[in-house]
Amino acid sequence: MSAATTQTTAVGRFKGHGKTWLWVGLVVVALALPWVFFNYQTGRHSGFVLTMLSQAGMMILFALSYNMLMGQAGLLSFGHAVFFGLGGFSTIHFLRAAGNGTLPVPMELMPLLGGLSSLGFGMVFGAMVSKQRATAFAMITMGIGELVGASAIMFHSFFGGEGGVNADRMIERSLFGVNYASPVQVYYLIVAWTVIGVVGMLFLTRTPLGAMANACRDNFERAQFMGYDPRRVRFFQFALAGGFAGIGGALHAITYEIVTFDAVGAGLSANAVLMAYIGGSGTFYGPILGAVLITLMQSGVSLMSNSWLIYVGVMFIGIVAFAPGGLAGMIEIHGPIARAGRLTRLIVPYIRLFFPAFAVLIGFIGLVELMSFLTIGAAQGKTLELFGNKIDVKAALPWLVSLGCLVPGGLWLWFESRAFGRVWDRLTEDLKERDR
Amino acid sequence: MSLSTTTAAVSLRDVRKNFGPAEIIRGVNLDIREGERHAMIGPNGAGKTTCFNLISGRFPITSGGISLHGERIDGLAPQEINRKGLSRSFQITSIFHRMSVFENIRCALLWAHDYRYSFWSPLWRQKRLNEEAERLLDDLNLLSRRDLQAGLLSYADQRALEIGITIAGGATVILLDEPTAGMSHSETEYAIALIRRVTEGKTLLMVEHDMRVVFDLADTITVLVYGEVIASGPPAEIRANRAVQEAYLGALDE
Repeated sequence: MSAATTQTTAVGRFKGHGKTWLWVGLVVVALALPWVFFNYQTGRHSGFVLTMLSQAGMMILFALSYNMLMGQAGLLSFGHAVFFGLGGFSTIHFLRAAGNGTLPVPMELMPLLGGLSSLGFGMVFGAMVSKQRATAFAMITMGIGELVGASAIMFHSFFGGEGGVNADRMIERSLFGVNYASPVQVYYLIVAWTVIGVVGMLFLTRTPLGAMANACRDNFERAQFMGYDPRRVRFFQFALAGGFAGIGGALHAITYEIVTFDAVGAGLSANAVLMAYIGGSGTFYGPILGAVLITLMQSGVSLMSNSWLIYVGVMFIGIVAFAPGGLAGMIEIHGPIARAGRLTRLIVPYIRLFFPAFAVLIGFIGLVELMSFLTIGAAQGKTLELFGNKIDVKAALPWLVSLGCLVPGGLWLWFESRAFGRVWDRLTEDLKERDR
Repeated sequence: MSLSTTTAAVSLRDVRKNFGPAEIIRGVNLDIREGERHAMIGPNGAGKTTCFNLISGRFPITSGGISLHGERIDGLAPQEINRKGLSRSFQITSIFHRMSVFENIRCALLWAHDYRYSFWSPLWRQKRLNEEAERLLDDLNLLSRRDLQAGLLSYADQRALEIGITIAGGATVILLDEPTAGMSHSETEYAIALIRRVTEGKTLLMVEHDMRVVFDLADTITVLVYGEVIASGPPAEIRANRAVQEAYLGALDE
């Protein structure tokens, strides 16, 4: 319900300037981040951080465009990567054409071409899927995902088969005289297009089509009796979502200079669902949080642990089960309490919640890592290290410590969360009383 | 009963509807004159709501013909019928529960204001549209709940919103399916006044169980029993009709 309320405000009018400044602040942070990790001794950017930030930009576009379907139109698609990937493949071919001089388009407009290509594909596939909604819609999108995934392996001239297609992004044609030789230049191109895409999608939520997408999500039949054809609404929304995903795919092509069949694959489509849901599909900004979080786990946690996918999976299940509004939903439910100026009353309860939650987390991670090092790690000849100390995964102690954190911690967390629930209920009751 | 189709706002000619082997509507003939307030009554399961669903295009008819201002509309999709100027409400409240009250009304205005599927008009800058939505909310007495999520409105307010959504698009023929169902006495009084006000100058066809509402509001009453019209005429005539008394009113007066 909380998540739903925010969708309402997101589609309403621009309210106040606080939010605008938050967005501006985020862009400033995005522009500054490469310099935070700049190594002034060697005079070089951190390649790892730049890649991660670039990836986050593409994923933000991908997740937000996915949410145009899931959150805004109530359409569950399992094939959204098709449009990301096709945008990427198209852009690779545009780059090659630009490289040999047949396509006189500057680099800065390549993402636009990629987006338009995906918009075209979105219209073709949209005509196929928009007849249906709900489960049938989900099944058709899954079928399209499989279809394009299989095509990517079969049709070498466009998809390059298993090896993919590569291109050189130094096409020597730029609006600003930039050659895009260094990743930081590419990163700023990504920031620019991410901002354009985010603003574009935010704008769409406040147009008649955006409003009717919400309307068809809530009650498609009622929309019909208002003169609207839900099929048309789905078609336009689907095609436009594809277009924005294509911009993300184009940025992918430009960054890595290669696109393979993975870019249209089911794995990436599943990622769209994860990012939008974990971030919170009921708000406009939720998927941005999800995209950043998943990117951090994918490129950060994956370096530290073989088991990172387990953590993503458990987090997803946890969110679906306990916080269906996602991260954004969790933020938004604090809105009424914050507006009443009573957020401080939650500080102590949150601290009390933190310790058992931390214990459970440590216990769980401990068990997963021990298990992982007992099998995969051993096979790879790796040893588990914690703060520089080697840990013998065959000894009883680490297992006992992990279990000791997980089980009593879990019980403790259960008691604390009940206490927290009581505080929360009393606060919200107070607010209701006050409103009356 | 007049057989001319040109003067009637809505006209049903020998309309039949089967669900599988069951014949639910069994040859209904009905004319609703331009500008009249027409009530359809009948016992449960008589086919009143089914009639509404057939007229509004929610279900296809099995045989017969339905016309709106003399133009055939059977076989058309609900949105196409709506664009020709017929709008309906639902017995079970049918609103956009996750959107705000204001947005509910504004969505209902979009097609009439010719926005269609526009993804280039910023809604917050459409002054005429937003003003009309506000004015309608004021009319419905919902202005103070403008930004509330529609799903959180009280039942009576949701019913008022339902009526608002139905009339917002400027349709000339309004079908209301039990607009006062589940309302308290005072809420019903208010709803009647509201319906009277917002359907001024329009053609109204309503299904209603509350006889006070029916005799208060309707110029003409049609009685439907087992998918057939057994009587149609002014309230006084219906009240005096023996067949109607036996089939329907008698049962209620006990």
